[in-house]
Amino acid sequence: MTSQRVLTGEHFINGDEACTEGALAAGCNFFAGYPITPATEVAETMSRRLPKLDGTYVQMEDEIASIAAVLGAAWGGAKSMTSTSGPGFSLMMENIGLGVITETPCVIVNIQRGGPSTGLPTTCGQGDIMQAKWGSHGHYEIIAISPSSPQEMFDFTIRAFNLAETFRIPVLIMADEVVGHTLERVTIPPAEKIKVINRKKPTESPETYLPYKTDSSLIPVLPNAGDGYRIHITGLTHDERGYPVPDAETQEILITRLINKIRKNRDKIIDYEDYFLDGAKIVIVTYGSSVRPALKAMRDLREHGVKVGLLKLNTIWPFAEDLIRKLAKKVEAFIVPEVNFGQIALEVERCASGQAFTKLISHPGGGIHTPQQVTDGVKKILSDLGSKRKKR
Amino acid sequence: MKQKASKKPDRHPKDELLREDRMPHIWCPGCGIGSAFSSCITALKKTGIDYDRLAVVSGIGCTGRVAGYLNLDSFHTTHGRAIPFATGLKLAKPEMNVFVFSGEGDLFSIGGNHFLHAARKNIDITVICVNNMNYGMTGGQVSANTPTGAITSTTPYGNAEVPLNLPSLAAACGAVYIARWLSLDVRRLAESILEALLKPGFSFVEILAPCPTAFGRRNSLGSALDMNKLYKENSVIRNGVHPDETVIEEGKKMVLGKFIDKERPTFLDRLSKTSELKSTAWPKKEMAAQR
Amino acid sequence: MKMWRKPLDLDEKSLPPAEIYIIESRCKGCGLCVEFCPRGVLKMSDEFNRKGYHPPFVEEPSACVGCHFCEEVCPEFAIFIGDQ
Repeated sequence: MTSQRVLTGEHFINGDEACTEGALAAGCNFFAGYPITPATEVAETMSRRLPKLDGTYVQMEDEIASIAAVLGAAWGGAKSMTSTSGPGFSLMMENIGLGVITETPCVIVNIQRGGPSTGLPTTCGQGDIMQAKWGSHGHYEIIAISPSSPQEMFDFTIRAFNLAETFRIPVLIMADEVVGHTLERVTIPPAEKIKVINRKKPTESPETYLPYKTDSSLIPVLPNAGDGYRIHITGLTHDERGYPVPDAETQEILITRLINKIRKNRDKIIDYEDYFLDGAKIVIVTYGSSVRPALKAMRDLREHGVKVGLLKLNTIWPFAEDLIRKLAKKVEAFIVPEVNFGQIALEVERCASGQAFTKLISHPGGGIHTPQQVTDGVKKILSDLGSKRKKR
Repeated sequence: MKQKASKKPDRHPKDELLREDRMPHIWCPGCGIGSAFSSCITALKKTGIDYDRLAVVSGIGCTGRVAGYLNLDSFHTTHGRAIPFATGLKLAKPEMNVFVFSGEGDLFSIGGNHFLHAARKNIDITVICVNNMNYGMTGGQVSANTPTGAITSTTPYGNAEVPLNLPSLAAACGAVYIARWLSLDVRRLAESILEALLKPGFSFVEILAPCPTAFGRRNSLGSALDMNKLYKENSVIRNGVHPDETVIEEGKKMVLGKFIDKERPTFLDRLSKTSELKSTAWPKKEMAAQR
Repeated sequence: MKMWRKPLDLDEKSLPPAEIYIIESRCKGCGLCVEFCPRGVLKMSDEFNRKGYHPPFVEEPSACVGCHFCEEVCPEFAIFIGDQ
């Protein structure tokens, strides 16, 4: 293995490996993890690559320790990451909350598999989407990204680090087994073409500095350990000094800011791609490994003259509400194929709020939809809409 | 938020390492955590390490509040997870001296697994554990270190379990420095914390500290003063004794002392970098050839 | 003070007086300093501090040898010995 950080060129690698290369290209220099299928290749690739790049790879005793070490390393100034799948993701939940409230930049990769529990270790699932948003206790906002191919595993992992460093929050990469294990061509650009963002450091003198005081961006500028600011970082509700203050007023100030830090900056975070939305009657809303069968279905249907478009969510949290609300006024129905029994579909339905019809095409996991299943779903809704019209 | 040192006599000499604006602390009158914390500050001052190069990590509980009172880079993490957090911090920033200060419930019940592996890997951190034999913060429930027969809020008929012997556990996992003192043994304790902080590798100091409010009250051990006297009368110093002989049980004096002080390469020592990477696979080639 | 070997100049030398400072407002009245002072220098006061605790006071200033034990054991950072 080379000691080159950015492996510029064409590669034939799987999504897990592409994710690792993306992390390294973004400057990741610390990885703590615990082996779990189907995310092991991320850890394995890190264990080969990081020591040659003056980074640190450590295998911890479990996923709780892994995320704790990732947070600790982040405060040590590292760009840190861990990777896991469902069971490990569940174990990480409490410390994801710690990362949110202490505003610790880091990246957590979840290569989703079938669940609940041990479920289907070696095959695909998308059942952790709501867990990504609500999994840790208390009310918070999170950033979650959804790559749909090995190339996006590379590209979006870089973006995940950049978002984590910008907004000081754990960023979740909600991939799935199919995306993680698909082997195909991945193009890694020259290092100088890759945009890498590093966290801001305070410039104020330690005597007057208040760690959690923010400007209108709502994002605090925090030092790393050892920078001479001698900060106190706590999972308790804290004030601008970082000191615990257990009262309703401090809770309101802190939690409102943590929520608004993401909500008010959502236009800078949310990313999507759209296909043939102009004049579309039906829009397929999709993410992750469901994107490919959905795209094929869309093309097949369009060849037969059906006015169907597609919205591919590159970020799932914060949810692209404004866009769905806008579209709901123009289209007749949304079709949501996902490898669960309705998670993003619930969000789409909420935002469509009666203005357009929402149909879920569910999948229990263990595989992904066929294009035919998506096509059938679209045809079904077209006939439903048709019969409704007749009734009127 | 650094505070500038001054030499006014109204300023306590340890204030330079205290977040003065957070005093008084939450601990009850005479609580052993306060004395242990005081000894820790004495040790920190004696290390000669630049305060900006020191970091403290705590978990949850009464002792977990230590991080919030020390004027260092300080991290108050989740319950039981101080050690892996400190591991990440230390590995990412090896030039810092990272220590964990937390209670026995945090470090050995909910966080027990992390202790084993950080000691086994010989991560270069110091773990200072205040063992007050119960969960004080939540009102005095049984912990993994409550003596057999003791009354707690969740063992109203007496504790049926056997407490964990922390020095034995630390020794079995490979800790390079192991000591145990009373919180009242302020000088010996400060000396041990100092040695532990300066020792490369995983060092461990256990502090037996009275919890008069939650533990002492239910077991009729009297005030903080009475408990301190009781601990002193019922303990004996046996430096260098095998850690297995330090079990705390009825009818035996509590064994104090420095039990282990040995050398072992740390995790970072072993973690070879870049071109030095070579296979150290086990079994060795010769052994493999015999099969 | 009990000495195992008596220094020759014991009569000529005297211990510098130790200055004991008590930050009464910090005291929680646990009495550790009073009980464990090896020279019996301190005593609990009948007065209350603003938290409602009885802080210690210096009863035998000349007995203090400046060993700093009170300073080390005090859980509240409420008592210390000045530079001698």
